[in-house]
Amino acid sequence: MPGTFHNRRRNDYNGAERGSDGMDREILLGDEAVGLGAIHAGLSGVYGYPGTPSTEIFEFVERRTAPSGLVHAFWSTNEKVAYEEALGMSWAGRRALVCMKHVGLNVAADAFINSAITGTNGGLVLAVADDPGMHSSQNEQDSRYYAQFALIPCLEPHDQQSCYDMVREAFDLSEELQLPVMVRLVTRIAHSRAPVRTAPARQPNELSPNRDSRRWTLIPSNARVQYRDLTDKEPELLRRSEKSAHNHLDLASTSGVIACGIALNYLRENLDGRDDLSILSIGQYPLPVTKIRELVEHCGEVLILEDGYPMVESTVRGLFGLAGVAVRGRMSGELPRTGELDPDLVRTALGMEPVPTPREAVADLAARPPALCTGCPHVDTFKALNEALSDFENPQVFSDIGCYTLAALPPLEAIHSCVAMGASIGMAAGAAHAGYSPAVAAIGDSTFAHGGITSLLSAVQQSVNLTVLVVDNSTVGMTGAQRSMSTGETLDSVILGAGVSPEHLRVIEPLPRNHDSNVEVIRQELAHDGPSVIIARRACLEAIKKLKRKAS
Amino acid sequence: MKHDLILAGVGGQGILSIAYVLDNAAINAGLTFKQAEVHGMAQRGGAVQSHLRYSDQTIHSDLIPHGRADTVLSVEPLEVMRYWQHLRPQGWVVTSVTPYVNIPDYPDEAVLLDQLAEFPNLVLVDSGQLAKAAGSQRAQNMVVLGAAAPLLELPERYLVAHIRSLFAAKGERIVEVNTRAFALGQAAGRFFRGLVDAGMDPVPALRVCQKMAPDTIDPDRAAEWAAALAQDRARLDVVLAAEAPWACSEIPTFAR
Repeated sequence: MPGTFHNRRRNDYNGAERGSDGMDREILLGDEAVGLGAIHAGLSGVYGYPGTPSTEIFEFVERRTAPSGLVHAFWSTNEKVAYEEALGMSWAGRRALVCMKHVGLNVAADAFINSAITGTNGGLVLAVADDPGMHSSQNEQDSRYYAQFALIPCLEPHDQQSCYDMVREAFDLSEELQLPVMVRLVTRIAHSRAPVRTAPARQPNELSPNRDSRRWTLIPSNARVQYRDLTDKEPELLRRSEKSAHNHLDLASTSGVIACGIALNYLRENLDGRDDLSILSIGQYPLPVTKIRELVEHCGEVLILEDGYPMVESTVRGLFGLAGVAVRGRMSGELPRTGELDPDLVRTALGMEPVPTPREAVADLAARPPALCTGCPHVDTFKALNEALSDFENPQVFSDIGCYTLAALPPLEAIHSCVAMGASIGMAAGAAHAGYSPAVAAIGDSTFAHGGITSLLSAVQQSVNLTVLVVDNSTVGMTGAQRSMSTGETLDSVILGAGVSPEHLRVIEPLPRNHDSNVEVIRQELAHDGPSVIIARRACLEAIKKLKRKAS
Repeated sequence: MKHDLILAGVGGQGILSIAYVLDNAAINAGLTFKQAEVHGMAQRGGAVQSHLRYSDQTIHSDLIPHGRADTVLSVEPLEVMRYWQHLRPQGWVVTSVTPYVNIPDYPDEAVLLDQLAEFPNLVLVDSGQLAKAAGSQRAQNMVVLGAAAPLLELPERYLVAHIRSLFAAKGERIVEVNTRAFALGQAAGRFFRGLVDAGMDPVPALRVCQKMAPDTIDPDRAAEWAAALAQDRARLDVVLAAEAPWACSEIPTFAR
């Protein structure tokens, strides 16, 4: 059943009774504005895998459309599956929104890149939320490169209103160009609320499958034709960027600024009525070459503001720089090379004096990092693991992405890697191949479904000597207790189906009173020469609360 | 008008509930707003903050620049210390003094309070005590919102209306607990300011507030209390040493 754990969020702003001021304005997070824009564009399916800061896009669509049941909304196993499902919906002629965080697009990249080659039928919009500053991520990769790589258009909103407007526009663009269209968000838009004006909704498309199988069958003879068709669209994409209202040029003095997406807000915040700067704001890619040339030819210096990689800056600068024009930004040192942009950094880069404050920031203030909840089952699991591994000298545990990654921090300090969804099992296997023992992987139930199953299958086929600890808390905990694809009996069957022998699939209940017996089980399986899996099974407390709230 | 506010606290303390009330009150007041918040990993017991800006003009940045915040409103005293650079020189700090200790190196509470007390535009409330009096420890966020209410440039009736709408689904008892927490916070905050404005130092003023029976706190009595205790440590000690809480109306008279 879709959305077993779902409930209206406690602080739900949406709906007539909550903060809505008339029919045409709603209070929305940037993520929610993306979701509502898609619904109003005539959406038939929303797809995704939870990941901060993108999760609320899917959740909003799911919540909002649940009463009508007109939009298919069921979390996918991972981003690749989500993207493929969305592409299938598009093939069938209906509109699909697929949403994920930036690193999720790495997982979906195979389907994503090739969907530009096949082209689309019903509108297909990819909403991807980047995380500059790595608030909740392992890198700050910039998805605009992916759009450029796939040769598709990318829209970059600068506020909540443009999230809504651009997603509607992206569906039109997708259907006109027969291409997937990316909408690129950053954390600060995704998770910021503001009133958004909405427009009347349109109807979803009828079912109208595209049966031109040559388009969809990318054997080399077809793919060469399709790829040429894709590159033939490049001039049209550029033409649309040049005339787009999202790419706006105002010429004034010879001091120029290019502001992409949210950077425009930080620029305007600091202008305070200043109107001397020549400003090009960018919200649609590929880059509007003519407008950039116009700005550059007018200006002796250009400051480039973008939240993410210095993509525009490196393009404008080129390999050898621009003769007679100083290009400034993250690469030249006016702005930090890494991290999230903010109004203060932009102010400094503009050469303006800092605003006085009554006190300086306090140095060496005690940090308050996130921590596992009191009573969390992971705490009992990792205490048992730590004790079982204490027989070894400086044991290392490969781990994965989820709440349990917090076990890397004191006081547990139980895990020693976190690289990519599902990477724990593959890395433990590789270390075992190299002769490392004991090779231990710790992974959550949902992460296992997302990216661990294939690695386990591979390890079992090779009879690798490794121990996999699946921490089954029945939910996707870190992102707000979404439905897990492989928990409970499903998880057991998947593991046995991958070929793990039943006597080496052990289930423990992580509770303080079971500590000694749990340590013993882990010790036994560490001693086993071959693949074994221990499931530490106890439900997430937050998920239980959520279920209770729903029940009441 | 324009009001920029940093909401601070620890994940789970209800920062976003405060934001909900203010966002909707701002809309009722005919303003627009932007409100940036923290989701995901940091919500698990970590330091969280929300930048909330409301104005009758266009708001550009979702983030409040350094030196621009009118108010820092914190449900936890240590968390205030992270945002000094955001405050404008004449800005205000409204904070709970009830510590949320979930880290091993939490600073000494007395030292922390002294550091806060050095800042002149300050409102201190014991949100733990007042929320308990209101009926639930979970209502500390509404206590601090109440204490800040006189500074927020939003009509109180809108704030109360949206406290009610926020908790309506949980039943009338929870609504009452939270509106009471708001009222107690407001009274205590004004009483605290009354004592300070009448010449008391912030920490003794806080201690006097904490000795009051919460339901009896009357901000209009603050000047009389301050006068009764004026410049006299011994009198303050007598008040603080009393076992039972004081009724705010029973201002002690001290023999000369």
